[in-house]
Amino acid sequence: MSDQTATDTAFPQQTSSQQHDELTTQHTTPAVEAIGVHKAFGHLHVLKGIDMTVMPGTVTVILGPSGSGKSTFLRLINQLETLTGGEIRVDGEMIGFKKVEHKGQEVLQTMNDKEIAAQRSKLGMVFQRFNLFPHMTALENVMEAPVHVKHMGKSEARELAVAELQRVGLGQRLDYYPSQLSGGQQQRVAIARALAMKPEIMLFDEPTSALDPELVGEVLSVMRQLADEGMTMIVVTHEIGFAREVADQVVFMDGGVVVEHGGPEIIDHPSEPRFKDFLQHVL
Amino acid sequence: MAKKQVDGEGLDIPDRIHALPVKRTGPVVAAVIVALLAAMLVQGLVTNPRFEWNIVWKYLFNENVLEGIGYTLLLTVISMVVAIILSVILAIMRKSINPVLRGVSWFFIWFFRGTPVYTQLVFWGLFSVLVPKLSLGIPFTSVTFWSIDSSTIITAFNAAWIGLALNEAAYLSEIVRAGLEAVDPGQTEAAKALGMKRSLIMRRIILPQAMRIIIPPTGNETIGMLKTTSLVLAVPFTLELQFATNAIANRIYKPIPLLLVACIWYLLITSILMVIQSRLEKHFGKGFEARSIVAEDNGDQQLDGPVAVSETKKDRIARGNNVKMIGLNA
Repeated sequence: MSDQTATDTAFPQQTSSQQHDELTTQHTTPAVEAIGVHKAFGHLHVLKGIDMTVMPGTVTVILGPSGSGKSTFLRLINQLETLTGGEIRVDGEMIGFKKVEHKGQEVLQTMNDKEIAAQRSKLGMVFQRFNLFPHMTALENVMEAPVHVKHMGKSEARELAVAELQRVGLGQRLDYYPSQLSGGQQQRVAIARALAMKPEIMLFDEPTSALDPELVGEVLSVMRQLADEGMTMIVVTHEIGFAREVADQVVFMDGGVVVEHGGPEIIDHPSEPRFKDFLQHVL
Repeated sequence: MAKKQVDGEGLDIPDRIHALPVKRTGPVVAAVIVALLAAMLVQGLVTNPRFEWNIVWKYLFNENVLEGIGYTLLLTVISMVVAIILSVILAIMRKSINPVLRGVSWFFIWFFRGTPVYTQLVFWGLFSVLVPKLSLGIPFTSVTFWSIDSSTIITAFNAAWIGLALNEAAYLSEIVRAGLEAVDPGQTEAAKALGMKRSLIMRRIILPQAMRIIIPPTGNETIGMLKTTSLVLAVPFTLELQFATNAIANRIYKPIPLLLVACIWYLLITSILMVIQSRLEKHFGKGFEARSIVAEDNGDQQLDGPVAVSETKKDRIARGNNVKMIGLNA
């Protein structure tokens, strides 16, 4: 696995360097890097210059009131929205655009469907409303992308899907349709579905916000387990307890900007009044 | 319907309530009135000599009538199959990111929905007069590689189904589009996030879910088409059921009994189509109606628990789904 990733992330100027250097590079290249990210929907300026660095193997929790742009930021990373300004790099590679020569100048060109799909393959995403495919069983949901995107054999994909569903504790729910599962179970299937594509980074967009309170725990425990396994994660959530316990980095966003960021200790010792105010309302 | 299920059957429920149902007179009154009207109708139908049932029976299985049914069915099936394929293509084109394809689809629908099907059929009938030769070559030059008389391709039968199919495709494509648009956009997002490309998302995720919405109105359109086939006399194509019965009626001066013959067959075929439709609805409804009436065992598996799904559980799900389906159908 390591040499695969190493060659993937190596920059052109570093291809001649030795493997040792490449491994070092792997550690120093951020998994996700946002530089001055702006996003506007029509006249609505949602993100106003977001900078963020997420290192491989770390968990970043983004907190903030609704409308602060945190979900939009997550969707930008996965190219479900298009950047208006700034740059996002995933594994050191600029996403969504490529640099081309045009009339003697270096300009950006929007990537096509295929290129975007390739970039997305590094990312797994879990949605607030699960978005499971309702016409497929849990097993079929998880098998879908390995079979039709990675062209994996059916039996191999089935094995993989069973393993992923077991990993989230749903090995006995393989043949259930989403409508026959509870919200917590559906979200765990959604996590298994994303994991089956072997992403390097997992994005969670308010994964527990649509759940009944008693079902939140089972989803968080799966996420905690994933973090323990060293998965790089960016989590937008309102679960302060989860942030305090699992996060390596906590980012507080409000009004389209990062108001405060730091280690999980900032939750208990916030310095910005807006963050303090937010925590008081949430806790 | 099957035996009525009693809630909590076999369970130990103390002080189980055995109450008499609410007294409802409405159904009884309605039943009496309906039964009376039905009896009058049947009596009228049977005893009225003008219906001439003996003629009806005589011609019900007449060779020309049976041939007419064959052609009516054939026209319905061919034109609906072609129309469905075309309509899906048109609907996907309509939602394409390619503006040229969107425009072509819009124009097709505008034209074929905007002119009467009868007129279109007349034009298809006249096709070989208007365009005597079909040829393959370089446009705007005299170079041709291959050519053929239109009349050998656009026969009356072909003109009939082409005309019906193109008109129907325009209507159906709007139904398909509505179906595609009814699928939650979150489905597309989830599929994109899994690295699926637009065409794959359409084929694997959106269309199967849209089918559930598309099928009932398409069934409706198919039944409509069954009867619209009678318009192909505009081509003129004269072998379908309506024309066949009409021809006999004109020959023997007995229009009423032969209209009854046609009605009986149309009703019979419609009934069969309805059965097919409900089967299709069931097939494409899977996963949607499967509410958790079987999720009584909340023995949720522990993390790292065993994998095997016991047969009995699987059976129970299947049975549960089945029960639900029957319930919906009743």
